[in-house]
Amino acid sequence: MELVKPAFGLIFWMFVSFALILFLLKKFAWKPILEMLDEREKTISDALNSAQKAKEEMTALRAGNEKLLQEARNERDILLKEAREAKEMIINEARAKATEASDKILASARENISNEKMAAITELKNYVATLSIEIAEKVLKQELADPNKQKELVQTLLKDTKLN
Amino acid sequence: MLNNIKGFRSFYTKATAFSLAVIFSAFSTFAHEEAHKTSPEGAHDTTATVQHDSLATEAHAEAGHHREEKFDAGKMIMEHVADAHDWHLWGHTSIPLPIIIYSSEKGLDIFSSSKFNHGHDDYNGYRLEHNTVVAVNEDGTVNEELSANLWDISITKNTASLFISLILMLFIFISAAKAYTRNPNTAPKGIQAIIEPIIIFVRDDIAKASIGPKYKKFMPFLLTVFFFIWINNLLGLVPIFPGGANLTGNIAVTLSLAVFTFIIILINANKNYWMHVFAMPGVPVWVLFLLTPIEILGVFLRPFVLMVRLFANMTAGHIIALSFFSLIFIFGEMNVVAGYGVSIFSLAFTLFMTCLELLVAFLQAYVFTLLSAIYFGSAVEEHHHAEEHH
Repeated sequence: MELVKPAFGLIFWMFVSFALILFLLKKFAWKPILEMLDEREKTISDALNSAQKAKEEMTALRAGNEKLLQEARNERDILLKEAREAKEMIINEARAKATEASDKILASARENISNEKMAAITELKNYVATLSIEIAEKVLKQELADPNKQKELVQTLLKDTKLN
Repeated sequence: MLNNIKGFRSFYTKATAFSLAVIFSAFSTFAHEEAHKTSPEGAHDTTATVQHDSLATEAHAEAGHHREEKFDAGKMIMEHVADAHDWHLWGHTSIPLPIIIYSSEKGLDIFSSSKFNHGHDDYNGYRLEHNTVVAVNEDGTVNEELSANLWDISITKNTASLFISLILMLFIFISAAKAYTRNPNTAPKGIQAIIEPIIIFVRDDIAKASIGPKYKKFMPFLLTVFFFIWINNLLGLVPIFPGGANLTGNIAVTLSLAVFTFIIILINANKNYWMHVFAMPGVPVWVLFLLTPIEILGVFLRPFVLMVRLFANMTAGHIIALSFFSLIFIFGEMNVVAGYGVSIFSLAFTLFMTCLELLVAFLQAYVFTLLSAIYFGSAVEEHHHAEEHH
């Protein structure tokens, strides 16, 4: 029966010392330990979070780089294409202009030539006319040097002339 | 997570080493006593040793007078698990402890328990009778009236053991706390590595799980009570000084712990808790006449059960281990050879019981803390299903 009869002395000491140790440990042990545990857990989770974030940023960065590169490549292609088109256009234009110019030159040349030809022809005609007049004059002079032949010509002319 | 596992593993390795040390020291003490037994003179010696071991106050006188005194296992065990006014070390050596006694007539008296000479002498009008200090009259009769009014706050074996465990706890945890503040945010080392997994276990699996978001307030008490019970349980398993006192198997100690839990419940209990005690919401009035007395009883029953559970478990463990031990002497008294034969089985059983007690030491600390936490949880729980009852 002695076993289940709590002794006053022990209860007294137990209350005093347990209250004391509760106070001492609370202040000097549990508070710093629990705070440090919390802090360490926070640090670890923060570190993990930031690592995760860095990883995500890295992926995003790599994707961005890739995109940038692709854009640059596209731009280069576009530039090249435009340059090629511009070249084509310039060549074509130049060719068209050259053709036009040569055509013009040809046309004016042809005109000149025909003008010159016409002038030459006219000159030639005039010359031929003068020449033939001179020849005719000389022929006439020779033909009509003999008065008999003059009379014969008048006769012939008169004959041809019909008097209506 | 991994760190925790590792911490626990190293902790258990240490615990196992510790238990082996306990068992070996138990064995060596035992072997010493056995050696005494072999000689014819030793037979008397053993009786004396055992008698003294049991802290029987009459051991001296009786061992001297009756050589054939029978070994009383029940008495030995009961006196082993009970408190004493001196701390027996070995053979005839024991540490006398201070007696502090106050009576309304004689005032405060402080003197060493050695003055009683193991209960043979009276001192200053006091006498040690069955481990209890009583007041005696001039003619040598016990003064019953005065004895009933004595306030005995002596440093008994259990009180001394209590102080030792407290110094041990202060040393362990304050040095651990220093290690934490000195090297913040580093992996735990040494003593930290042993206690940290347990602290986290108490915090996450006991406090957070049972109390909820308000757990922080109760952490100091839960941790203190857990380590107090556990360390004292382990110290109780050590058969030699400074262990060996059955502190957590003493009803005064478990009563005090339970009262602490009870006081904390009373201080922190909110309106919701009292409403559930006195007027359970959603219950018809006529049922309340039946329910309220049960609930009020339950308020007191909870700490009472805490007290009884720890006391009974620890005391029972000690009694069983000592019973196996006693078998050796009971059979040894019949026949020396039988004593040796039984000793093998007895030792095996004692060893098994010690291992089991190592588990129980942890388990009881866990159960006490967990139940306290659950009671705190019910005391601070918010009234979250109020609307359902209207």
